[in-house]
Amino acid sequence: MRLLAPLALALIVAATLGWEALADDAAVKSAPMSRGWVFGERSGVDLFDNVCAACHQPDAKGAAAAAAYPPLAADKKLASADFVLTALFKGLRGMPPLGDMMTDGQVADVVNYVRTHFGNSYTDAVSASQAATARKTAAP
Amino acid sequence: MSEEAAPSLNRRRLIELVGASVGGAAAYQVMTRLGFASESPYRGPIKLEGDPKGASVVILGAGLAGMTAAIELERAGYHVSVLEFNLRPGGRNWTLRGGDVYTELGGATQTCEFDPGLYINPGPWRIPYHHHAILDYCRRFGVTLEPFIQLNHNAFLHSSTAFDGKPQRIRDVKADFDGGVSELLAKATRKGALDDEVSTEDREILLEALRSIGALDKDFHYKTGEDSAYHRGHAKDPGGGLGAEPIDGAPIGLHDILTSRLWRGLQNFLSYDFQTTMFQPVGGMGRIGEAFARQIPDRIRYGAKVVSIRQNETGVTVAFEDLAASGAVREAKADWCVCALPLTILSQLPIDVSAPMRAAIDAVPYASAVKFGLQFSRRFWEEDEHIFGGISYTDLPIRQISYPSTNFNAGGKGVLLGGYTFDGPNSYEFTAMSPPERLRRAVEFGVQIHPQYGAEFENGVSVAWHRVPFTLGCAGDWSDEARSAHYNDLCQIDGRIVLAGEHASYIPAWQEGAILSALDAIQRLHKRVVAS
Repeated sequence: MRLLAPLALALIVAATLGWEALADDAAVKSAPMSRGWVFGERSGVDLFDNVCAACHQPDAKGAAAAAAYPPLAADKKLASADFVLTALFKGLRGMPPLGDMMTDGQVADVVNYVRTHFGNSYTDAVSASQAATARKTAAP
Repeated sequence: MSEEAAPSLNRRRLIELVGASVGGAAAYQVMTRLGFASESPYRGPIKLEGDPKGASVVILGAGLAGMTAAIELERAGYHVSVLEFNLRPGGRNWTLRGGDVYTELGGATQTCEFDPGLYINPGPWRIPYHHHAILDYCRRFGVTLEPFIQLNHNAFLHSSTAFDGKPQRIRDVKADFDGGVSELLAKATRKGALDDEVSTEDREILLEALRSIGALDKDFHYKTGEDSAYHRGHAKDPGGGLGAEPIDGAPIGLHDILTSRLWRGLQNFLSYDFQTTMFQPVGGMGRIGEAFARQIPDRIRYGAKVVSIRQNETGVTVAFEDLAASGAVREAKADWCVCALPLTILSQLPIDVSAPMRAAIDAVPYASAVKFGLQFSRRFWEEDEHIFGGISYTDLPIRQISYPSTNFNAGGKGVLLGGYTFDGPNSYEFTAMSPPERLRRAVEFGVQIHPQYGAEFENGVSVAWHRVPFTLGCAGDWSDEARSAHYNDLCQIDGRIVLAGEHASYIPAWQEGAILSALDAIQRLHKRVVAS
């Protein structure tokens, strides 16, 4: 609760002064950010929106410039859940092993979310214990 | 959200745990301590002796590694050409100034609205005194340096869960931690608890040292009074004339410092990489890249996106898209190739190299980092809080706020580094946000440390390195396992190709690593050329 006082003050100050333009879109999206070094997001969609989307983009269509982030949308590689789990725990080329900063449950949630959205419809859901096994397999 | 326990305390996890306390810089520092050398072995300009007999080299990437290679090889008599994706030299050596337009991966475009003279360095921003190579190149190429203030005793350490969220002065935390610990140790020493460890003579010296380092009084106590005030300053500073006598402040108790975890911030000033004196170029870090490029006028082809790297017994052929000509594919041919592309990019290209080098190219994930530059209508940190340069550290997602190390005490507007994350969840979360959302958050967090943010914020920019079109990441984030399996393979000359860049060094993410890697690569390459 201690956090709220300065925040409230900030919003009061903001409303009366310089950053109305920024504050205006506060209502649109203000999910809490993680504390510590494990992601705080608790659902597949939140994990996707706040982690995967950093590179693969909010629509999962990827992006390209000097090199590319591959799309996850309509991605045939996602047919293999193991492929996705391995990427999360071992990394894949430039991609960091983001599963290191997620619990087994979070990994399962985000894998299941990506594999059933964005034009993917792979119904063989991954369990937390499958994620735990993949984590062990990937450990150096 | 809890800081969950790690399944096993591997190296990465240890880094994360440290990072949890004080942010990316500290995590980075651990990364350098666990097996990464720090002091630069650079001992003066290289000498490439012997005639290359008109050999040609195509260099990929006009960052500091690529340009170092180009400059030195040209001086040694090679025909050099450089291909660069961007329309400017420098790569990650980069400064954003008013009027600059930056489009990140995904298409979001920001226009930097800073006033003239103000800037932010989205990439490297400070140079240790022991990074001898980059300092030497700055001297040789006329880049003027000024001190970068890393430690400012009057900046803050801040925890959102300690001291009611009120930021504490670094001076107080340091003096009171040193004082509290010294008092404890003096007490133990005087009780004889250390008699098995220290001789009688050393015991007396130790006590005097503790009194001196800890600002203890004659009875070895650390408490309100002139002794502690000698280190921590006063509640009311001494003045002149009537009513001028100082009033000593009360130290923060050791228990409060320990449980606040604010002591974790102090390591940002102790580590070798961040010890004074640090430097920055006057006018922005980008001045270095500009100065390098001036050494090789007309050798850099901008807007060239490399799409393949082929080699055979007679030479190297690099295909690239000419971005100024709608991506028309052209070829550059040379006898040799120094490839200074980030591995994020190289790992996606067809390249004729051996299987071990290919595996090495694919083995390095890239770190996440996000930086914010925020312009304010006045330098309130100097005017109100007497903070002239330096860095405040916080447990908030922005991790740190750095105050400009230039134009002190002159009034007017200023630009703060309003946040700098290095790896960890918050770095990805900021990256996933739109630029306006990122800025809004940075201001919202910053106001918890500086309430003036609300009234004085004018505009800002953010750079999330995983969305930077020319690197797709901040820097090579080697694990110990990957380094031991692949590093030597990465650094070999493979036929006619050799790699360079911070990723091919033991000083990852620093410009010094990029330069040293290039110098090492071209020295070996030159030996081979001269011998052939």
